[in-house]
Amino acid sequence: MTAPARPADRITPALWLTGGLVFAFIYLPLAVVIVYAFHDSPIIAWPLRLGTLHWFADLARDRGMLEAALASLKLALLAVVLALILGVPGAFLLDRYQFPGKTAFRRLVLLPLILPGIITGVSLLTFFSFIGLGLSSGFPLVPGWPVVLGHAAALTSVVITQVFARLQRLDRAQEEASQDLYANEWQTFRYITFPSIRTAVLGAGLLVFTLSLDEIAVTFFLIGRQNTLPLQIWGLLRRGITPEVNAAATVIFALSVAVIVVWARLVRDER
Amino acid sequence: MTPILDLRDLTKRFGDFAAVDHLSLGVAAGEFLTLLGASGSGKTTTLRMVAGFEPPTAGQILMGGVDIAALPPFKRDINTVFQHYALFPHMSVRDNVAYGLRMRRVPAAEREERVGRALTMVKLDGLAGRSPRQLSGGQQQRVALARALVNRPRVLLLDEPLGALDLKLRKAMQLELKQLQAELGITFVYVTHDQEEALTMSDRIVLMRAGRIAQMGTPRELYDRPASRYVADFIGDTNLLAGTVVEQSGEAAALRVGDAVLRGAAGGSLAPGDQAWLTVRPEAIRLADSAGPHPGENALAGTVADAVYAGAALRVHVALADGRRVVANVPSGTTAANGRAVTLAWPVELGRVVGE
Amino acid sequence: MSLPAAPTLLDRIRARPRIRTAVAAALPVGFVTALLFVPYVLLLVHSFWRLRGGVITHEWTLDNYRRLFGTSLYPDTILFSAGVALRVTLCSLLLAYPLAYLLAFKVRRHKQLMYMAVIIPLWVSYLVRAYAWKIILGQSGILNGLLQSAGLVDQPLTFLLYSRWAVILALTHIYTPFTLMPIYAVLEAIPPALKEASADLYASRWQTFRRIVLPLSIPGVLAGCTFAFVLSMGDFLAPQLLGGNDSALMVSNLVWSLFGVAYNWPLGAAVSVVVLLLTVFLLWLANRVETAMNYGGEVAGAPDRRAVSVGGRGV
Repeated sequence: MTAPARPADRITPALWLTGGLVFAFIYLPLAVVIVYAFHDSPIIAWPLRLGTLHWFADLARDRGMLEAALASLKLALLAVVLALILGVPGAFLLDRYQFPGKTAFRRLVLLPLILPGIITGVSLLTFFSFIGLGLSSGFPLVPGWPVVLGHAAALTSVVITQVFARLQRLDRAQEEASQDLYANEWQTFRYITFPSIRTAVLGAGLLVFTLSLDEIAVTFFLIGRQNTLPLQIWGLLRRGITPEVNAAATVIFALSVAVIVVWARLVRDER
Repeated sequence: MTPILDLRDLTKRFGDFAAVDHLSLGVAAGEFLTLLGASGSGKTTTLRMVAGFEPPTAGQILMGGVDIAALPPFKRDINTVFQHYALFPHMSVRDNVAYGLRMRRVPAAEREERVGRALTMVKLDGLAGRSPRQLSGGQQQRVALARALVNRPRVLLLDEPLGALDLKLRKAMQLELKQLQAELGITFVYVTHDQEEALTMSDRIVLMRAGRIAQMGTPRELYDRPASRYVADFIGDTNLLAGTVVEQSGEAAALRVGDAVLRGAAGGSLAPGDQAWLTVRPEAIRLADSAGPHPGENALAGTVADAVYAGAALRVHVALADGRRVVANVPSGTTAANGRAVTLAWPVELGRVVGE
Repeated sequence: MSLPAAPTLLDRIRARPRIRTAVAAALPVGFVTALLFVPYVLLLVHSFWRLRGGVITHEWTLDNYRRLFGTSLYPDTILFSAGVALRVTLCSLLLAYPLAYLLAFKVRRHKQLMYMAVIIPLWVSYLVRAYAWKIILGQSGILNGLLQSAGLVDQPLTFLLYSRWAVILALTHIYTPFTLMPIYAVLEAIPPALKEASADLYASRWQTFRRIVLPLSIPGVLAGCTFAFVLSMGDFLAPQLLGGNDSALMVSNLVWSLFGVAYNWPLGAAVSVVVLLLTVFLLWLANRVETAMNYGGEVAGAPDRRAVSVGGRGV
């Protein structure tokens, strides 16, 4: 007697098809933008005529864009530094200490990640306005205090959550062993703890960098005279679409992918 | 002789709960002292307070006359071997072992030499360049040991270091540790819940219960002369027969157990009418033959319920008239068929009457 | 270096837990208070102040809230935003779950790589992703061009862009990977032994899914949906780029204009406060639901929701 045949598996192929379609859905718009960055016509329409780098050349000559990109870069670097300085101690605080109001602190820290960026933006605006800190106050050649502090406020949470997650997985006994072997708190941090969280810190820094470059809501309200890159593109968009924007978008996409791939490598190494 | 480590009234509270309750204990230089106890007895908390990872709520930890309780761990001349080794995964074995020396700024040449000797001492030569991840559990344990000993601390603390090893390896390591300690002469304070381990290795055992000392003494003292039912039960196998004290005079006591009155050594001060237990080890009991019990022996009648072959001995479970069970360890050749009526006999002085 | 024998004053100070906590907390708590707590409170305070002749006077008033709840524009917009968010969440869930399932259970090789590929768009400029839909849906956009050259339509479709559908479509596109992440994490954490045990006990594949996998994936679903909802409700970029002038006004656009062109900070603050409270309430609700459905995370090893959704971003 032969064994009964297994029922035809119709679910798995359907699943693959669905998954594939969703995947395509996620990528298609991006693909469109990138493809049209090479489209040989000022009108973004069908049919497609590939093969020009005209828009990239335009982009390279666009002073407004380049200055905005530089400003974005400076802002992002400052935001990363501040977010790390504030965030790493914050993560340690949450992981290792008990104090009254800890729950409130933790919730407050998570708020900027969840609230619409606009709300964080306008509350910071009212704050700086109230204390009289002008939007351009700060050092020359560097974005003003309000926008830098604003990015720090919005993005430190990212550092805290990432580093906290890593701290939770650390073996506390190693730090005790280090102190047992005559290393004081700072030496223990330097030789034992930090090597274990280094990739999480770097990863968080990269994340903050990327998020800061793309930040619009908080930036819009707190920026002084100089535009950041997303705001510059935003401005262009409001005046209508130029293919130059496609070129800019492509460049941004390439950079983001590079950063995220590096970040993934860093985070993966810790498994 | 002044103890090398003197704990005075050491207390650790977590809220209302006292993990360690007014513990006073002196550790002699060069001795192998074991803190023995069930989990929650306070033995690990005590160790951590001595190491410096837990601040005491009250009391003193004196070393060389100075109270080190306020000192951070890195300023104490004490090293610890951790339960799960706590090796630094991003450093080689050599760097792990050299860590303490590095922190104390020992010059490189001397470091090299001492690390080499430490690794030889724990029989790990040739593995200096490996990463801890590449080592077996037993090897990691030795690295942890070397890492601590290379610093020549005045006191070495060991927190159940053999717990994660399999049985055979554990027994081998017990011997090695004991030998090492004897050779080096360093004071070891060892924490374990395994009473057999404690009996094998220690010069002195401190049996802890609920944050306090239940009994402190040499292994022989704790085994032969337990001070309470708890100690008798914890250490080794024993029979415990509950009863009421009939009388106590000097070193001897009598206990009414069911219908019989059994005599034994007096373990503690007991008054007639008190609830107490007679504790007698299975190996002290024999199955009396037709000649019956000898003078100077207690006797109990019962029936054989079970006889379990255990290689070197036969463990005979005897049911008494009132249903209670007594276990006797007899030579394996003895015949003890189930259901056979037997008389259990043991010398009076091998049983003790103890309170809780 | 020999060891000092007696404790120094510094040692004694260091040993006191309160002082250690205070030192550790100083910087983070100080920053959070100054740059997060105070501004949010200040926003709340502003919502009770008055705008008189273009100047914000510090008079206390409930007028802003009266106006907020009285004028139909504001509650309507909030409800509309919630409606959009709900649709976006549902669509994202429907799209994300199968892909997450596929990745977690059916992909054997290069699983990490595939997962990264799905996640990467999350971090590519949000602006770019929203803008892409403008190109696709516009009158002279790609979709229309394709339809026309395929002969399916004669005239370009005008309803595609500048409508609520465009907004929902774009937001779904943006937030699907977002919803996928926690679902994938939870599915991944289900021990294969559970599915095997279910099959061993005569359950069909559908039953195994319905009774074992699906319930265990709920915490991830909840996390993903909550954040997708909250973030898409508060979105302002998609409506502004793709929504047209009035047809898809969402609550964040209102706040934007009240703090910008329409210059009425106190009113804008009031709207913001309402949104803030709504968000907090939704999170609390999701938290309660999750606790009520708690299976004792140890079984599936479902990771902490916050750690799981950390990779997600706020706009």
